[in-house]
Amino acid sequence: MAKQYKVVHCRINGKEVEQVVDVRASLTDMLRNDFRLTSVKKGCEVGECGACTVIINDEGFNSCIYLAVWAEGKDIWTLEGLTSPEGELSDIQQAFIDEGAIQCGFCSPGFIMTSWEILRSGREYTDDELRKALSGHLCRCTGYENIFRAVKKTMLRRLGKFEEAEKVNSQGITDYPEPMPFK
Amino acid sequence: MSKKYIGQAVTRLDAYDKATGRTKYTDDMCDKGALVIRVLHSQVANGIVKKIDTSEACKVPGVVRIFTCFDVEEKHYFPTAGHPWSTDPSHQDIADRLVLTDRPLFYGDDIGAVVAEDEVAAAQALRILEKSVEYEELPFVLDAQEAMKDGAPLLHEKYPNNVLAHTEIHMGNVEEAIKEPGLTKVEGWYETQPVQHCHIENFVCYAYGEGDRTVIVTSTQIPHIVRRVVGQATGMDWGKFRVIKPYVGGGFGNKQDVLYEPLTAWISIKLGGRLVKLDVPREETFISNRIRHAIRYHIVSWMRPDGSFAARTFRAWCNNGAYSSHGHAIAAKGLNAFPQLYPCDNIDGETWTVYTNRSVAGAMRGYGMPQASYAMECHAEDCARAMGMDPLEFRRKYLMPVGFFHAFSKNELYSDTFNQCFDKGAEIIDYYNKVKKYKNQTGDIRRGIAVSTFWYNTAVYPIALETSSCRIVMNQDGSVQFQLGETEIGQGADTVAAQMIADTIGMPLSMVHPVSCQDTDVTPFGTGVYASRGTYTLGFSVRQTALLLKEKILEAAHQFTRMPVYNLDVVDGVIVRTTDGRELMTLGELALEKLYTTDGSQHLTAESTYQIKSNAYSFGCCFAEVEVDIPMCRVRLLNIVNVHDCGQVINPMLAEGQVHGGMSMGIGYALSEKLMWDEKTGRPLNNNLLDYKMSSFMDHPRLIGTFVENYEPTSAYGTKGLGEPPTCPVAPAIRNAIGEATGLYINELPLSPHTLFREFTEAGLINDSFAE
Repeated sequence: MAKQYKVVHCRINGKEVEQVVDVRASLTDMLRNDFRLTSVKKGCEVGECGACTVIINDEGFNSCIYLAVWAEGKDIWTLEGLTSPEGELSDIQQAFIDEGAIQCGFCSPGFIMTSWEILRSGREYTDDELRKALSGHLCRCTGYENIFRAVKKTMLRRLGKFEEAEKVNSQGITDYPEPMPFK
Repeated sequence: MSKKYIGQAVTRLDAYDKATGRTKYTDDMCDKGALVIRVLHSQVANGIVKKIDTSEACKVPGVVRIFTCFDVEEKHYFPTAGHPWSTDPSHQDIADRLVLTDRPLFYGDDIGAVVAEDEVAAAQALRILEKSVEYEELPFVLDAQEAMKDGAPLLHEKYPNNVLAHTEIHMGNVEEAIKEPGLTKVEGWYETQPVQHCHIENFVCYAYGEGDRTVIVTSTQIPHIVRRVVGQATGMDWGKFRVIKPYVGGGFGNKQDVLYEPLTAWISIKLGGRLVKLDVPREETFISNRIRHAIRYHIVSWMRPDGSFAARTFRAWCNNGAYSSHGHAIAAKGLNAFPQLYPCDNIDGETWTVYTNRSVAGAMRGYGMPQASYAMECHAEDCARAMGMDPLEFRRKYLMPVGFFHAFSKNELYSDTFNQCFDKGAEIIDYYNKVKKYKNQTGDIRRGIAVSTFWYNTAVYPIALETSSCRIVMNQDGSVQFQLGETEIGQGADTVAAQMIADTIGMPLSMVHPVSCQDTDVTPFGTGVYASRGTYTLGFSVRQTALLLKEKILEAAHQFTRMPVYNLDVVDGVIVRTTDGRELMTLGELALEKLYTTDGSQHLTAESTYQIKSNAYSFGCCFAEVEVDIPMCRVRLLNIVNVHDCGQVINPMLAEGQVHGGMSMGIGYALSEKLMWDEKTGRPLNNNLLDYKMSSFMDHPRLIGTFVENYEPTSAYGTKGLGEPPTCPVAPAIRNAIGEATGLYINELPLSPHTLFREFTEAGLINDSFAE
């Protein structure tokens, strides 16, 4: 079985690149092995866990089930691209830190990329919509609670709702809405 | 000692690196030129490998070598449990594994390995190889009680009826006690299922030669234990191996076992020290790493009219899978907990740990207590109901009382923890009002609320060695690095240790740096993290070592300031004269002077070991509120609150995170997770993250994790175990809440639609016209 190679031209984290890839390689393989973008994590390699999520042309994808050759002409962002060249964090990265949304950190890059995609829409999501939008990622450490809080707070802040954002607190039990009315 | 950082929600020290993606985990550190190993797993549940024809697989371009079980010339059997070694042979773990075996005992056992230049070649060769194995298939057994029957397939010759161990406890006289007139007998069978840890980073390791030694970089909780076991598995001196632990993407007990480090090191040695990497695919993580034991319980209580226990019996059958791993320790923990949680004068208890032809069970968050808590707290609920008592009041009355002393462990319940946790949780979830509100419901959709507690302790004293070592080294600017045997695996061990050191010496946290990546060549000896021990055990050696360093700092301060040591202290990184509060010099000035002085230059460092000879109860509770859609056989978790007493909370943000994660794992355990095997073939059925349902973002309500803080008197910093306890009470709380809603108290996990459909149908809650 002879190997086949192809040259891929794309933009990664804002920089034009070209790379020879094995036509069977996944985008995860290319980003990790050829560009050493190791924030792109491998948790299942079949699109179940979301750890390898990157943004391709403004949309989040599991890069493990996206062939490297499909990246031709695409604009790709990984977590490394969210930090400014001087090391300044984006608001969502800072929120993950401040809200304790990071434990082992292995699912964090994927979660942050999807959060970034959600927040870019400029929409205000309901809690249920947010949970659904983030549900393509699995995490075993955090129970998702603080991740939810980080994303929701950042969303509200971006919408200028600073007071509301501060109310999204860990133990602020009183402001938590009742579940759906009891029939 | 100042208390500037202890008790504060300090941001974890590795958060920036993890939020920017620059944290290096094992696979991130491996050179991309590494050869790739893939394991050839047994495709029979029990058998003998007669032959493996490697000729076709060897022809795949890129294949470097194929090893089979027949290449293992020297058979060095080794144990895998991440237990401290015992120099007493009777306390050593059972050594029953080989790097590769010709006698596979479960579907997924390791019988060969492909080494190739890349993953594609390795996968292609593996597919060919799987078809090139000749087995003599043998009958297999998957159930623990079936495996104990005469004539069942025998897995290990030394263990008749497949019983790895059987232990009993007897207190008082049950036979006599049950003759008391007026007793009510409550009896139940409780069944827990096998589940997997599902850390998002699969197990991965790589090995290479360096000088006459082998370096192993691995995703583990227990680097020093890995070094010992690789030595045992290869028959080489333990010092011939150096084990490095980078950041770890979750462990939860699976990585408290030695997994594929011995095989990877063995292959590297066979290939002259070449760099080889074994990155376990998710499907293999499920079946060929470790799982949580499925345990079946039978509990009987004889109760007096006031609800007190006259006598109780407890029996448990623990399905250990094909190899011993942690052995009997997990079943024994539940047996040990039974007479303590609800004390009773007359108790008979016994438990069997049994080999079966299933994946190997080992440690998993809770170490037998998620299972035992399920059985004990389902049963407590059944007892309360049988006596017509409110389940919460029943618990308040008959749980371990304040002042309870356990002679063997020397554990004592110092505080009114249970009631404090119940009070706080009940208030948050509005328990009493909701209990009233949910009485006498009819209709298809019903709600219920209930509570559960659990038994847990901290660390492994007096069952096994508890030792912790720490080293602190001061730099020219007065900042320090510290190293510990307790590993950072995501729980935040590095951060809490740094908080302790900063407060004990009296310096800013920004000047305290963990050496997070462990290396058995330089990290002081330690057994790693497990048993919810980390914060408790490291506290002892951290405190002792920080005080030793502080002593040296003050001696140096005396040298440079002429002031007596007893008039000096370190406050916020400054040497202060305590008599008038004058600041004499900074730690930076002191450290610089001490290193470069031409009169007694010294590098300021301290290192010490503390052997811990205490343990501590760590209790709490869970309240769960559910809505059950009876026709749909679905449970929606509406609210859930865990309250824990882990003593002094060192870092509320990290502690809350531990509770959330444990609750989440408990929710999956209660409602959806179950690893399954085909009864006809012994093949696993759902070893992937699509078919195995760990709880996702959509399956949770808001998780509320909170604390009561009773300073633990045995502890260096007042703290005690928290890693595992949050998982333990969740499943029984949810089961009891479903019972409150529907009147059906189901003694089996998970409470998935499949289980509920069967139970609801049998109980006539739903029409059984769909059942056929």
